[in-house]
Amino acid sequence: MARTVLQQADIARALTRISHEILESNRGAADLVILGIPTRGSVLAERIGAIVAGIEPGAVPAEMVGSLDITMYRDDLARHPTRTPSPTQVPRQGIDGKTVVLVDDVLFSGRTIRAALDALNDLGRPRAVRLAVLVDRGHRELPIRADFVGKNLPTSREERINVRLESIDGTEEVSIEEAPGA
Amino acid sequence: MRHLLSTKDLTRDEAIQILDIAEDMADVQNREVRKLPTLRGKTVVNLFFEDSTRTRISFEAAAKRLSADVINFSAKGSSVSKGESLKDTAQTLAAMGADGVVIRHSASGAPQVLAQSDWIDARIVNAGDGTHEHPTQALLDAFTMRRRLFPGASRGRDLDGVSVVIVGDILHSRVARSNLWLLRTLGATVTFVAPATLVPLGTASWPVDVSYDLDATLALTQPDVVMMLRIQSERMNAAYFPTAREYARQWGLDDERLGRLRPDSIVMHPGPMNRGLEISAGAADSAQSTVLEQVANGVSIRMAVLYLLLSGEREAQA
Repeated sequence: MARTVLQQADIARALTRISHEILESNRGAADLVILGIPTRGSVLAERIGAIVAGIEPGAVPAEMVGSLDITMYRDDLARHPTRTPSPTQVPRQGIDGKTVVLVDDVLFSGRTIRAALDALNDLGRPRAVRLAVLVDRGHRELPIRADFVGKNLPTSREERINVRLESIDGTEEVSIEEAPGA
Repeated sequence: MRHLLSTKDLTRDEAIQILDIAEDMADVQNREVRKLPTLRGKTVVNLFFEDSTRTRISFEAAAKRLSADVINFSAKGSSVSKGESLKDTAQTLAAMGADGVVIRHSASGAPQVLAQSDWIDARIVNAGDGTHEHPTQALLDAFTMRRRLFPGASRGRDLDGVSVVIVGDILHSRVARSNLWLLRTLGATVTFVAPATLVPLGTASWPVDVSYDLDATLALTQPDVVMMLRIQSERMNAAYFPTAREYARQWGLDDERLGRLRPDSIVMHPGPMNRGLEISAGAADSAQSTVLEQVANGVSIRMAVLYLLLSGEREAQA
């Protein structure tokens, strides 16, 4: 059965804290680009962009936030049915020389982030790349680590993490589902 | 989707999926690095039994931009001219480990034969077979229409209510046939205009209006799209019209007819053009012409098709 670990208010607080941390480490919103990984990462990136714009006068979400589709860069394309890619939208000024913060909902094996780093490589040369995730559930398979974490959730491999966001799922929560038959 | 043989078998959702993926591929064409690693390690064979430059180059560019290895095989100067059968050629390619075969053949149905046979286990893409179908051309035409008619809002759209007039050698045109099936699936209405000698038998049972008079049709339908077809002299064994000049006067898109089109309508041509015959230089180079866009969009569409056919897991060996 599913067990809720983050409520709507918890998610909002986590995103606010992550936004402050991003601004602190970047010393403001200058040269900041926030790229979400579809689908839920893109929504989170937009929300972080809106919070950042509320904190830093002069920061405009449209010039800062985008989404980065990684479908074409996955290392498991041949192991799943064909996936339909989502659009990649990068802010008009591009990513050259910027600090790019990648945003995803759950950090698990790290393979999605590896694919995202490859995709970024083809778009330009950022000054630095950081990673923000709502949930870090462990079980990394690659040497990748998040710079900004909403919540660390130790899980077993068999459990499922469900992130539901208002604009996509109608409700907002993070829950852990136990493995079927466990 | 296992093979792409015909636009007749495509459902509306499948067609829109291909067009939407092509939008993403088109974005890749505008970047600094125009390459994706998606099909690394896959081999695509361009098997061309019939001359073609632009289609072969377009497929080659598409496969290379997806990082696939490309082998070009043209019948001229190959073992086919020494009498090798399609079966032996296909088995040779299978032995070399081809994952996808892009085939153009002068015989209608050759790609179908290849797809249904057990000679080769690769995905088959029809790049034009006889007078039957040329599905990627129809897809790139639909893609071009969608981008021109709904700029900035083309993703996810069909072509409901769009009126298309296709003019010229319908009899020999696989482009016209593929376009008809796809455009109908996407909700557009289609009118064929041609001299009576160049209308195939059986159009009465197709979902299309047929007219012999270009001026009357243009005045009546006020089309969104006018597509001119090439007069294919290589397929003309008999005389279908008295002279080229008469054809140009009656069925060619000249500057005067261009002036009578709606200013927001578009003029398409699959190429290569016979300037002065089916299309005047003025019409071909006008702002309404999409000829070069069609070429650029062809690469995006073919990338989308190769991606869809070659990237997913191989279905359980049937």
